[in-house]
Amino acid sequence: MKYIEEFRDPALAKTLARAIAAEVAPGRSYRFMEFCGGHTHAIARYGVEDLLPPAVEMIHGPGCPVCVLPVGRVDVAVALATQHDVILCTYADLMRVPGSKFDSLMKAKARGADIRMIYSVMDALRIAEENPGRQVVFFAIGFETTTPPTALALKQATAKGLRNFSVHCNHVLTPAAMRAILGDGEKVPLDGFVGPAHVSTVIGTQPYEEFTRDYAKPVVIAGFEPLDVMQAVLQLVRQVNDGRAEVENEYSRAVTPEGNTRAIALMDEVFDLRDSFEWRGLGEVPHSALKIADAYADFDAEKRFSVKTEPARENKACECGAILRGEKTPEDCGIFGDPCTPENPLGACMVSSEGACAAHWTYGRFREKKAVPA
Amino acid sequence: MSRTGRRALDLSRGQIDMSHGAGGRAMAQLIEELFFGAFDNPALNREHDAALLARPEGRIVMSTDSFVVSPLFFPGGDIGKLAVCGTVNDLAMGGGVPKYLTAGFILEEGFPLADLQRIVESMAKTAQEAGVAIVSGDTKVVEKGHGDGIYINTAGVGLVPEGIEIGGERARPGDVVLISGPVGDHGVAIMSKRENLSFGSEIESDCQPLADLVAAMLAAVPETRVLRDPTRGGLGATMNEIAQQSGVGIELDEAAIPLRREVKSACELLGLDPLYVANEGKLIAICPEDKAAALLSAMQAHPRGRDAAAIGRVLEDDRRFVRMVTGLGGTRMVDWMAGEQLPRIC
Repeated sequence: MKYIEEFRDPALAKTLARAIAAEVAPGRSYRFMEFCGGHTHAIARYGVEDLLPPAVEMIHGPGCPVCVLPVGRVDVAVALATQHDVILCTYADLMRVPGSKFDSLMKAKARGADIRMIYSVMDALRIAEENPGRQVVFFAIGFETTTPPTALALKQATAKGLRNFSVHCNHVLTPAAMRAILGDGEKVPLDGFVGPAHVSTVIGTQPYEEFTRDYAKPVVIAGFEPLDVMQAVLQLVRQVNDGRAEVENEYSRAVTPEGNTRAIALMDEVFDLRDSFEWRGLGEVPHSALKIADAYADFDAEKRFSVKTEPARENKACECGAILRGEKTPEDCGIFGDPCTPENPLGACMVSSEGACAAHWTYGRFREKKAVPA
Repeated sequence: MSRTGRRALDLSRGQIDMSHGAGGRAMAQLIEELFFGAFDNPALNREHDAALLARPEGRIVMSTDSFVVSPLFFPGGDIGKLAVCGTVNDLAMGGGVPKYLTAGFILEEGFPLADLQRIVESMAKTAQEAGVAIVSGDTKVVEKGHGDGIYINTAGVGLVPEGIEIGGERARPGDVVLISGPVGDHGVAIMSKRENLSFGSEIESDCQPLADLVAAMLAAVPETRVLRDPTRGGLGATMNEIAQQSGVGIELDEAAIPLRREVKSACELLGLDPLYVANEGKLIAICPEDKAAALLSAMQAHPRGRDAAAIGRVLEDDRRFVRMVTGLGGTRMVDWMAGEQLPRIC
C-alpha cells in the first residue's frame, strides 16, 4: 500500500497546488477535460478541485463505459437474460444501469433471471464449463482496458470448443469518442485533455498524436491517483502557456509509446471495427466500437440469439451530450437532482459514480449556491 | 439417554429434518440437548414459551434484529455471535444495559447438527461475555431449498440508567464525533471470504458486544448525546442518519478515521469505499466539545475502544450535508450510498 500513499500525499499535493497556481497566467482561464471516469472519480473523491486555482476548470468526459452504453443495449441485455433463459454474466457496474421503462439487470435478476456479477470474463468461461446444459452469455462492456481479456476468452472458448459460451460485444474505443467530442474543432471550449490511465497502458501514447496534430489540443496521460491528476494539470497549464500541443506521458510508470503490443494484436485478431455505434449522450459515433470478427462468429451472441426490444429513446430533458462536450455543467441541467439522482438516473452522466453528474451529486453538491435537498 | 427416551442427538453427523420443527419428541430433544444446555439460565429453564422476569425500575430499551449472513462462519465470528452482538449493541446504542434476549431460529432441512451446535455455543459464549441471558427461544424448520441453512432472529431488552439521554436527534453544532476503532473490518472479512480473495494476512470481522464499552463511556461522560453502531452502510450511512435526525451538518477528517492497512488494500482492490463498509463491533459517539477529551480517554482505556479517535465535528447546516476533508486536503461530500456498493470494473 505504501506505493499508493505516495500518490495521495497531502504535503506533495500542497506543493503541486502552489506550482499550478504560480503557472496560471493572470486573466486566463483553462478548461481541461479528463476523458476517463477513473479520473472523474479521483478528482471528486479526493476533492482535487479544491486544490486547483479558480482559473482551472475540469470538464468530466465520457470515459465511463456503463454511462455511455445506450438504453437500447441495456434493453438487449435484459431481453437476453429474460427471453432466452441464458446465464448472463457481466461486470457489476452494469447491474443498476437503467434501460427502457426504468428496467435494469438488477430488476430482471429480482424477477428470476439468471444474471451473475463477475470480476473477470474468465469467471464466465468457468460458469459455462460448469453448466454444459445452459447457454452462458458474457455481456462485454468497456474501453480498451477490458477488451483484451474478452478477446482472450473468445480464443479460449474456441480452443476448448465451448459451444454454450458466447459474447455480446459492446466494447468501445477512446480516440473515436475524443474525436466526436472535438467535432469540427471550432467551438469546443477545451484547452486540453487529461488522457486515460489504464486505457493507455493498452493502446500506448501514439493514438493521441492526432489530437495534438489535427486539433492542436495538448494531451497529458495520467495515472488515476490524485497527485497524478494534479501533475497532469500542471503539465497542461505549461503547454497552454507555451502555446504547445504535445502528447506527454505523466503515467510513464505504466504507459509506453507503443502500448501493449500483444494485447493490441489480440484485439486486432478477434475484433473488427464497427461502422458506427450509438453512445448514450453522444449519439451515433463513426468507427467507435468493436464487433466480433467473422473467424469467431460462432461465439457472437448477437448472431446466436435474436432478441426483440422496443425502439429505445433517451430522456429529452437530459443535457448529457452538452455536459460530456464541456458546454454545460451538471447544475445547468434542468433535471439534475430532481428527478435525476443516482438512485433514479435518467441520463448517462448520473448512471455510474464515474459519470460527471453522479460525481458532482455524490461528492460535490455541497459547494452549490442553490438549495438542493439532502 | 435423555428424558425423551431416545438416543442422544448425533451432533457429529446428524442433520436437521422436518421432525425437528414438528412439535413432537424430536423437537423437544433438540431444544433440550442443544439449546437448554448452552443457554442455561433460570428464566429459560422454566420451559415456558414466555419467560417470567422481574419488573425493572425506570426506562427500558427494546430492539430486534434478524441475521441472514453468508457465509455462516467467517474469520472473527459466525452467525450466532453476530446475532447476539447485533441486538446487544442496538440496546447499548440506546444507552441501555442489555439484560435479556430471545432467539428465534429458522433452520433448513438438512442443516448439519454439528454446525448448529457450533453456532449455539458461540451464541452462549457471546451472551455470557455481553452479560445477557437468552431467556426464550423458538425453532422452526423449513423444507430444503426454502432457507439458506439457518436464519436467526434475536430480540432484547435493556435498562437505561437514570440521567442518560441518548438519541440520534441530539447532535448539536460544535459537538465532537468519535469512533471506537478502525472501520470496515467486518464487511471486508465477509466479502473476502465470499469472493475467495486472500490478502496475505486474514482480515477478521470486528464482531463484538459493545455493552461494557458503552457502560464505561457513560460512566465517564453521562452527557454523551449520540451513540450509534455503524453496521450496514458503514460510517457514511450512520453519519447521514444522524445529520438527518438532528438537523445538522457533519464534517469528518479523513486522515483521523482509523483504517487497517489490510482493509484499505482490500477496498482498493475491490473498488469499495471503506466509509460504506459494514462494521459489527464499532460505535460512533457524539458529545459536547468540552467532554470530548474525557470521552476519548474513557474509550481508549477500554480494550474494545483502544484505537478510538476523534474524527469530526458537528456543524450548523440546514441542508444536513455530511462532508469530509480528504487526506489530500480537499473537501467532498459523504453522501448516502445509492443502492448496494458494487465493485467498479476499471
